[in-house]
Amino acid sequence: MIFRKFKQYSAFSAMWLACGLTVAILLAVIGYVIIRGFSHISMDFFLTPPRGGLSGEGGISSTIIATLYLVGTTLFFATPLGVGAGIFLVEYADSVRSMFVQKLVVIARFGVETLAGVPSIVFGLFGYALFVTTLHFGFSILSAALAGTCLVIPVIIRTTEEALKAVPVSYREASLAMGAGKWETIWKVVLPSAITGISTGIVLSAGRIVSETAIFYVTLGGSYRTPTSLMSSGRTMALHVYYLAMETRAFDKALATGAVLVVLIIILNLVINTISRWLSA
Amino acid sequence: MTGKTVMKTSNFSLFYGSFKALHSITMDIPVNRITAIIGPSGCGKSSLLRSFNRMNDLISSMRTEGSILIDGKNVYSQDVVELRKKVGMVFQRPNPFPKSIFDNVAYGPRIHGIRDKYKLAAIVEQSIRDAALWDEVKDDLGKSAFTLSGGQQQRLCIARALAVEPEVILMDEPASALDPVATLKIEELMEKLKSKYTIVVVTHNMQQAARVSDYTAFLLTDSERSGNLIEFGPTTEMFTNPSDTRTEDYICGRFG
Repeated sequence: MIFRKFKQYSAFSAMWLACGLTVAILLAVIGYVIIRGFSHISMDFFLTPPRGGLSGEGGISSTIIATLYLVGTTLFFATPLGVGAGIFLVEYADSVRSMFVQKLVVIARFGVETLAGVPSIVFGLFGYALFVTTLHFGFSILSAALAGTCLVIPVIIRTTEEALKAVPVSYREASLAMGAGKWETIWKVVLPSAITGISTGIVLSAGRIVSETAIFYVTLGGSYRTPTSLMSSGRTMALHVYYLAMETRAFDKALATGAVLVVLIIILNLVINTISRWLSA
Repeated sequence: MTGKTVMKTSNFSLFYGSFKALHSITMDIPVNRITAIIGPSGCGKSSLLRSFNRMNDLISSMRTEGSILIDGKNVYSQDVVELRKKVGMVFQRPNPFPKSIFDNVAYGPRIHGIRDKYKLAAIVEQSIRDAALWDEVKDDLGKSAFTLSGGQQQRLCIARALAVEPEVILMDEPASALDPVATLKIEELMEKLKSKYTIVVVTHNMQQAARVSDYTAFLLTDSERSGNLIEFGPTTEMFTNPSDTRTEDYICGRFG
């Protein structure tokens, strides 16, 4: 009896310790970056562009713009493609009888599974080979956005699929039984019910674009000038952190930019939570 | 059989792949009456019901033989949208959309092209009144349909089906997920609705069939597990003096 109580107690302590340690590590990382970083953050930091050079002078304004520009462009390509593919895989794929399409669907499903686990630098290499050099887009927002699209499409497809599968069949039946067409049913009943999950996937992808570095190192270039068009090279905030840390003496500025990134990701997560609560209410 | 027929089923067989789910069903659904389809689990009653509005079309390996005519036109050779406008359906579990009460009922009219606000409002009110739900929801039309109780949700689903002005309403065990009080309300409602609509109801509850229906069809599987129509006739006759011993055995609860 006492032994069993002891087992119970030690198991509880071990789990508690594991959980406590995890939280402590997380807080330490975030705390370190934010506390050390924030001491270098000022209005100027946000409003001036980096000045380049070894000392890492200047702020991050142009990198914020490049980040937003890239996120916007990537989602512009990735959202319709990913959501469309997700809808096809869940709603239509099984009803198409052509053997060719069926084979294609199997390959697509396999591809989505595999691509979701491929390291981002591999997408970067592909993007470099295809968009930067072969198609002559150069180091540009366009090349980076297209490579980024390849990176996040599996995320969007999967979240879209999950969201659609979670919509009860009975909704579809009710709509069809009233004489609605298949697309009408998807558009008016299924998608509104799945919008929470789908938007979560899109915001998650935005977070991915904000935080990835390797893939954009080889497609976006590294110019710290403010991008003015799709063909401009640029530097996202995460890339800027990398440059600051490795190629300048301004490690503190790297931390400051990191802190801004952390806050941005926290905000994105809050957005996801708000979307789900707001839409499922 | 007396009275007019709205749906005429002749030698109708249904296959899923190589499996024959229904074997040569012949029965006429009389207009403005309640027809119950009874039988043990797996006898094909839902398959038969879903053949009337072609909900079985969703299964890709499905194939039919024979015919089902509605108003003289073959169900399987007409436009499925037109058919389903004429033949509405209420499901086993209440399945309102995650929308407001109003939008649930307005869904059908909207997809069939009614845009006018006042016309929609009038249809919605009439349909909810016909479904005996108006007094309970008239002040909450903007609220989510999920705020209603199960029984109210099912009556909302009936209102939603009524809003497209069908001729026939198919009900697939409409009260099986409801408590006895809510069930009674649905049954009273069916009684009321038959002056304007023809109702075909699948039920596993024989008391319910006896209580609400005018005609009863009894289905049973044969040795190949295909559903056969064993007996079809006026409910009172079937429950007091069945012509087939299998019907009698089933009704008396000897199996099923």
